[in-house]
Amino acid sequence: MILRVKGLRKSFGARPVLRGIDADIARGETIALVGPSGGGKSTFLRCLNGLEPFDAGSVEIDGLSLGPRTRQDAAGLRPLRERVGLVFQGFHLFPHLTALQNVALAPVHVRGEARHPAEQRARTLLQRVGLADRAEARPRQLSGGEQQRVAIARALAMEPQVLMLDEPTSALDPQMRGEVLAVLRALSGTCTLLVVTHEMSFARNVATRIWVFDEGKLVEDGPPAQVTENPRSERARAFFRGAT
Amino acid sequence: MGALPLALLLAASGLARIRAQGEVRWGGDLQGGEPYVFRDPRDPEKLVGFEVDLVRALAPSLGVRERFVHNDWSNLVPSLERGDFDLIVNGLEDTQALRRRILLSRPYFAFAEQLVVRRGSTLRTLDALRGHRVGTLASSLAHQILRGRQGIEIVLYGGQEEPYRDLQLGRTDAVLLDSLIAARYGLTKPDLELADGDMARGSYVIGMRKGDEDLRDAVDSALLRLETEGELRRIFARWRLPELPAQAAPAQPDLPPPATFDRAQVVLFVRAAGITLAISLLAMALAVPLGLLLALARLHGRAPARFLAHGYIELFRGTPVLLQLFILYYGIAPIVHLSAPAAAILGLALNYGAYEAEVHRAALQAIPSGQAEAAASLGLSRAQALRLVLLPQAVRTALPAMTNDLIALLKDSSLVSVITVVELTKQMTITAVDVRSWALPGALCAALYFAMSYPLARLAARLEARLEAAGEEPVVAQAA
Repeated sequence: MILRVKGLRKSFGARPVLRGIDADIARGETIALVGPSGGGKSTFLRCLNGLEPFDAGSVEIDGLSLGPRTRQDAAGLRPLRERVGLVFQGFHLFPHLTALQNVALAPVHVRGEARHPAEQRARTLLQRVGLADRAEARPRQLSGGEQQRVAIARALAMEPQVLMLDEPTSALDPQMRGEVLAVLRALSGTCTLLVVTHEMSFARNVATRIWVFDEGKLVEDGPPAQVTENPRSERARAFFRGAT
Repeated sequence: MGALPLALLLAASGLARIRAQGEVRWGGDLQGGEPYVFRDPRDPEKLVGFEVDLVRALAPSLGVRERFVHNDWSNLVPSLERGDFDLIVNGLEDTQALRRRILLSRPYFAFAEQLVVRRGSTLRTLDALRGHRVGTLASSLAHQILRGRQGIEIVLYGGQEEPYRDLQLGRTDAVLLDSLIAARYGLTKPDLELADGDMARGSYVIGMRKGDEDLRDAVDSALLRLETEGELRRIFARWRLPELPAQAAPAQPDLPPPATFDRAQVVLFVRAAGITLAISLLAMALAVPLGLLLALARLHGRAPARFLAHGYIELFRGTPVLLQLFILYYGIAPIVHLSAPAAAILGLALNYGAYEAEVHRAALQAIPSGQAEAAASLGLSRAQALRLVLLPQAVRTALPAMTNDLIALLKDSSLVSVITVVELTKQMTITAVDVRSWALPGALCAALYFAMSYPLARLAARLEARLEAAGEEPVVAQAA
């Protein structure tokens, strides 16, 4: 297992957000994490790479473990974060850098790669997400879909064991959504993906498994066909009725 | 007041005017302190001093009450001319230049110019002091004498205590001031001694506006009567003013001719502008990193660092920079001995650092939290995230505010004249007193300030535009 989560709990004040999540992912899987808003999907993702400290339970990624109440800026998180890529709904590209510099920044400064080979590799990654000709553009000169594709290339540049994406298409209009989903489709199978999404067709057609989160619990976990057509829980049934 | 008395006031002679007023107003500087005119330490409502006694003895002869008007000493003459008061009675020294400008009474007190040095010093004459620093008061007779000597570096002060304090500390090698001040403020210090007790002689006179000849005559005859009746001597004895030494000194020192606003003055102005610019740029170069450090301590430091940074910022923003300069230069001098330019740069830097801290803090906080999270999720350390991601963005936001502060600092730097640095504004006031005019020196001073601040503003605007072109605005996701 590349990722193993046991008994993960998290509250914001008195309000529980994650009420004991147990889950694991095998290398090469593509997991679509779906469910109603407020179900704890984004918080779960943020817990997995230490952006959000959790209250109880454990996370193990590629042999590295993360315990409860680890501060967001703890130095010990860095090796873990090198193994987990995270792509945000709002892209969060660095506005003062070009697309190429955004992608090459972490390889140079975190992994200590030499600038020239790092930039060569960054170019290859931009080509892979279809943006070879936009390498010198600044984020604000790019469309939303282009920005998100640069963000994916930026995360891939660290060669993560798991790439997590938090609603990568929610901030985009339909055409741009297609661009980003095409990139994800191409990625699936080549690396381990954990995607929080509302794109049901993507979940059905690309994911190897679907997870349904509701009120802080993992209520469904199985192959797309089984989860979408014959969910075991009442809540999941209600969710898919609403979604389709 | 009706139209008739007002017209009478304007047209009439000085004596008729003060009688119509029912009082004679006399100008002096309370900062001059003991023994001239100062607030009674036991009752600060009351003014005391030998000049207070003198005017109170004079006023009945003029048939009016007296009223004191406070005025900066170096500007007593222009204030008299614009009619703020009728008499100057405040250690006004009799000089040829002054005689041409206003009316002067007969002398009421004679003094000697005295050179005071540190005990045992070998530099005991003005010739020996060539190439050394000598302190005095701006626009005094002693100042004129020193300016007539080549090669002496003159250090100008606003009050009587500071020149001797700096002499004790070794910031200067001698102080030339009149016997009255030397006796009170200099020779009372055990480590100072007299090197020359009678370098030149001068006298204090009462100043009046031209056109007030009858007032001058009345003041003269009143002074003469006080002198012959022994009242003057009694006042001086009461204040223990020093007697003149017996041997005669050269009656009039060889004074330079009165200054005119010429090339040499312009050169002085340009040099002073250079000092203003250098002090401002160096202070800002220190204030920006200091402010950054404080902002980082406030935003990311542990509790004690946060507390200290917050305290520093509030303390330095909440107290006048003038006070901070005084403390830095005079207050801590026995412990930390700073030169005047060093204290000026450091003082402004410490003060502006507090403002820059808030500018940096606001700029850092304006960056969306997603930027720090994106940096962290890529494995950048916190220091790397600051250096590579957050600060480059913060600088762009902070630049307009920093430009603004630099221009403000350029003008605030005029405050450092209180710790003897002669920068542009101080040079202007010195020249204005020397040439007896504010118009031309004032205009040149303003032009020089503008000539410095405008290019700075343009430079900053261009830098801003370049950063803007490099993509400044934070990326904001559109709502789905």
